[in-house]
Amino acid sequence: MTTLIPINKPKKANSSKALLPYFYLLPTFVVMGIITFYPLVYQLVVSFTDFQTKDLRLGLNSPVLNFIGLKNYIDILTAGLPVQNFEFVRILIYNFWWAITNVILHVPAGVIIAVLLNAEGLWFKKIYRAIYILPVVVPPLVVATVWRNIFDDQYGAMNQFLTTIVQFFGATDPVRIRWLTEYAPPIPWLLPGGPLPKAYYAMMIANFWLGWPFMTVVATGALQSIPRDLYEAADIDGATGVQQFWNITVPLLRPAMIPAAVYGFTLSFNLFAFVFFMTGGGPARSTEILVTFAYDLVRNLRLYGAAAAFSVIIFVVGTIVFLITNRITRATESYTEN
Amino acid sequence: MATNVEPKQKNLLVRFLTMNTNGASSGRSLPLWKQLALQVLTFVIGFEVMFPILYIITLSFSPKSERPSTLQLIPTEFSFLAYGQVLDRPTANPVTFIELLKNSFFLSFGVGLVALLVAVTAAYAFSRFKFKLRQVLMVLVFVPLLMPAVGLATPLYLLLNSFKLMDCGGGVWAFNPITMCEPGVTGKLLFNLRDSLLGVGIAMISGALPFAVWNLKGYLDTIPLELEEAAAIDGADPNQIFFQIVLPLAIPQLAVTFFLGFIGHWQEFAMSWLFLTKPDQYTLSMTLYNMTGQYANSIPWNRFAAMSVIVALPVAVIYIALQKYITSGLTTGAVKG
Repeated sequence: MTTLIPINKPKKANSSKALLPYFYLLPTFVVMGIITFYPLVYQLVVSFTDFQTKDLRLGLNSPVLNFIGLKNYIDILTAGLPVQNFEFVRILIYNFWWAITNVILHVPAGVIIAVLLNAEGLWFKKIYRAIYILPVVVPPLVVATVWRNIFDDQYGAMNQFLTTIVQFFGATDPVRIRWLTEYAPPIPWLLPGGPLPKAYYAMMIANFWLGWPFMTVVATGALQSIPRDLYEAADIDGATGVQQFWNITVPLLRPAMIPAAVYGFTLSFNLFAFVFFMTGGGPARSTEILVTFAYDLVRNLRLYGAAAAFSVIIFVVGTIVFLITNRITRATESYTEN
Repeated sequence: MATNVEPKQKNLLVRFLTMNTNGASSGRSLPLWKQLALQVLTFVIGFEVMFPILYIITLSFSPKSERPSTLQLIPTEFSFLAYGQVLDRPTANPVTFIELLKNSFFLSFGVGLVALLVAVTAAYAFSRFKFKLRQVLMVLVFVPLLMPAVGLATPLYLLLNSFKLMDCGGGVWAFNPITMCEPGVTGKLLFNLRDSLLGVGIAMISGALPFAVWNLKGYLDTIPLELEEAAAIDGADPNQIFFQIVLPLAIPQLAVTFFLGFIGHWQEFAMSWLFLTKPDQYTLSMTLYNMTGQYANSIPWNRFAAMSVIVALPVAVIYIALQKYITSGLTTGAVKG
């Protein structure tokens, strides 16, 4: 039971108290009931129909609406949609790969930079800290558009920067890498079944810029709580800096970094605005993630029934991801449970 | 955990910016070669961070709207032409910058505030009470977090689209779906909830509300129970404890949750783009999206850069002003335990 039970209350107060939590939950569930759960159930119903633009006016009352059973789901899973370059399993694998590879880069980079900045006696520490926070401040909408322009093949800053470097080594031709439009994967074996074009690497670079500063902030906070005595004792025992890093810093940072990594994973998994602005899922849908494809199904292709089935699938995938990450971070535990 | 007197991880960012900056406290100093090597590394990282920011700022000060053919990271000319043009006539439609700003502001302000007010009691219930179905209800609230609002766009569109105010002629008005015009009378559409900022705001709350509950619950978990237990022993009932003890303690986090909702929907464009059709209802981020267009050749580069700076600036200012609370708010929920 809750620890909040007043000790001198009569029994009647306890039974009305049993209802109190539900009373506190009421506003959220009323609002979510109308604008989250009702639309979800609606999506579920629509996902069994051939809902199209002509049905938009009357919704489920539309006389020309046909129930087609599981056809939308079968179409999605077997690439039967009238959409080019759409294979559900490939997009699902790519989506997980995209989120995982991002986190794998951001977390160690954030930790290493935090340790670097933590070096005693480093000059200009304050200035570096202030600069390193900037990517957290710029909205993803602007980040993605700016990086898209940086990776432009003709006028982009990245190719201009590389041109300056190769010219320094005596080359005369300007660099013209078609970062965002070339389909051929530079490392074909990297993700079997899902080719990773140059756009993937461009997005990894851009999202790296966006992702590591947050991890550095979390790691710096955790570094502060490591007692200095541990390093001094290790010094006396003759441990090298590298040994100290692996045997003291890494294990003691773990409790803070694992939840941060899970948070980063869910952010990257659904990074709608960034992916949409940067490549729009292209070229040939090779950098599409689940949410950008769902948006495309509604906004451009107007396949509402299929989009509904797709949303239901995203919901199922999201629930599975949530239950797994919840195991790791224990986000739904109440305060009193630990 | 319950013996903590102060919330864990508070002021994470303050510590990040201020801690141990001269390194004098422990008396060790770096050898010069190590210092220089570290300086090179930290400078390179700093350059990596500044590269896109300098690029866009330089572009925004350019008087030319075509693409720069050479890489420039430091502005050589300071022209406010692009800023002037964007402020004067932000879109091809007859809508002023002030109107766009007002739309953006009211939309994100309303979404942030309503989500906060609705979420706070639920966050408290999830943080402090144990009750039947607690786990199930919490999963129901938190799973939509992983599902972006775009996934529910169609049913929300249809739901909101059914609320219309019609002029049926002859002085008779009808408010769909409660009353309808006479059969056979088409009527004139006066107001469509879906095609309004109010409607888009309602749709956006569907995404903002679960986040607000999650963010607040994470913070409430770090407020120690001792005060509440003491108040309970003194005979305070749970409502008094919530309003008089927990809420005042949570004020910084309430502000952060509001501003995170505000910032998130300041940048949001997808839902607005699906729902709104009238140019006088457009928002700043929709305008920015509109400017990027389909082909890079058609982008008015200096105006686009100026608009980016304008859209990013308020967010940056709010973020920097509240940074010590924001980052701790985002991490407390996760770092607990």
